[in-house]
Amino acid sequence: MTDKNPDMPMDDDSSAFEMQLSQQAESLLAHVQKGDFAGAVQVIAELNETRDKTLYHEVGRLTRSLHDSIRNFNIDAGTKAQREEMSKIADASDRLAYVVEMTSKAANKTLDLVEEAMPIASSLKSEAHELKKEWEKLRRKELTPDEFRALYKRIDVFLSDLEGKSDQVYGYLSDILMAQDFQDLTGQVIQKVTDLVRQVEDNLVKLVAMAGKVDRITGIQHDLEEQEHDESAGHGPQMNTEKRDDVVSGQDDVDDLLSSLGF
Amino acid sequence: MKILVVDDFSTMRRIIKNLLRDLGFTNVEEADDGNTALPMLKTGKFDFLITDWNMPGMTGIDLLKSVRADDNLKTLPVLMVTAEAKRDQIVAAAQAGVNGYVVKPFTAAVLKEKIEKIFERIG
Repeated sequence: MTDKNPDMPMDDDSSAFEMQLSQQAESLLAHVQKGDFAGAVQVIAELNETRDKTLYHEVGRLTRSLHDSIRNFNIDAGTKAQREEMSKIADASDRLAYVVEMTSKAANKTLDLVEEAMPIASSLKSEAHELKKEWEKLRRKELTPDEFRALYKRIDVFLSDLEGKSDQVYGYLSDILMAQDFQDLTGQVIQKVTDLVRQVEDNLVKLVAMAGKVDRITGIQHDLEEQEHDESAGHGPQMNTEKRDDVVSGQDDVDDLLSSLGF
Repeated sequence: MKILVVDDFSTMRRIIKNLLRDLGFTNVEEADDGNTALPMLKTGKFDFLITDWNMPGMTGIDLLKSVRADDNLKTLPVLMVTAEAKRDQIVAAAQAGVNGYVVKPFTAAVLKEKIEKIFERIG
C-alpha cells in the first residue's frame, strides 16, 4: 500500500462530519429564527456541500486503496525463469488458469505413467503365477525332463525380464515423483491470489461500511432481495465439513443419510 | 456391460475408467456433460451410467432427471460420483432416482463397493 495509513479512522471523519452538520443545523435554526431566510438558504447550500464533500472524500479514499491493492499484486518470483513465467501471467484469473493448467498437466502426466506401469506389473504377475505353478510341480517331482528343461529356460527369461521391467517401473515411479513439482509453484500462486482476495475483501468491507454511512446520511433504504441459488447448478467441494450440519463429511455420512431414506 | 462415464474433467474420467478396468469393465465410453451424454445414452445401448454433478452445460442432476423421464432409459442404473456434499443435494438426488451416491474424494474400494451393490440390487 502506498497509503501510509490505510486504516485512516473513518469514525474521525464521520464525527467531524457530524459535528459540522450539527453546527450548520444550529446556524440554520438561528437564521430562520432571526427571519434571515437568505442566510438560511445559504446554510442549506453549505450543508449540501458538506455532505457531497464527505461522500467524495470517502469514495476517493476507498477507490485509491482498492487500486493500490490491485496494483500491489505482483508475484516476487525467485529465478529469472520463474520471473519470465510469471510475467506471462499478469492478473489473478490468468494466474488461476495457470494453476488449473499446471495441475491438469501433472495429473495427466501421472495418469500416463500409471497407465504405462500397470500392464507391466500385471504381465509380471501373470508370468510369476505361471512359473509358480510349474515350480510346485517340480517340487512334487511331477515334471518330465523335457518340461524341466522348458521351465529352466523360462525362469532364465523371466529373471532378465524382471530385471528390465522393474527398472522400467522404477523409472515411471520416479517420473511420477517429479510430476508433483507443480505443488510448489501452484502453492505460491494460490497464496498470492489469496492475499489479493483478502486485501480486496478488507477494502470491500470498508466500502460496505461507507455505503452504510452514505445510506444513513442520505436516508436511502434498499429492498434487499434474497438471491436464490439454482439448486441444480451444484456448489462444488465443501470446506470445514466436520463443523457443519448441512453437509456430509464423507462417504459414511452419505451412506447413513441414504439408508435413512430407505436405500 | 457398457458403461458411460460423464465428468467435465478428463483426469477424473481417466481415473474412473482405470478403476472400472480393474473391476473387469472394459467397455467404457466418456462424455463431458449432460448435453453430450444424453444423445449417447439414447442411441448407445448403455447398461450403466456414472455421472458427476457439477458440470457446465447440463448438470448431472438434470441428466439424471432426463434419464428417469425417458421411457427407454428410465430403468438405467445411475451412480453419482461428485464433490457435491450438501445433505439437501443427496436427498434431491435420491428423490430424482439415483441408484448410488459417491462423494469425492473417494477410494477405489468405495467405488467398487457401490457399483457391486447396485448390480446386486438389480440382480
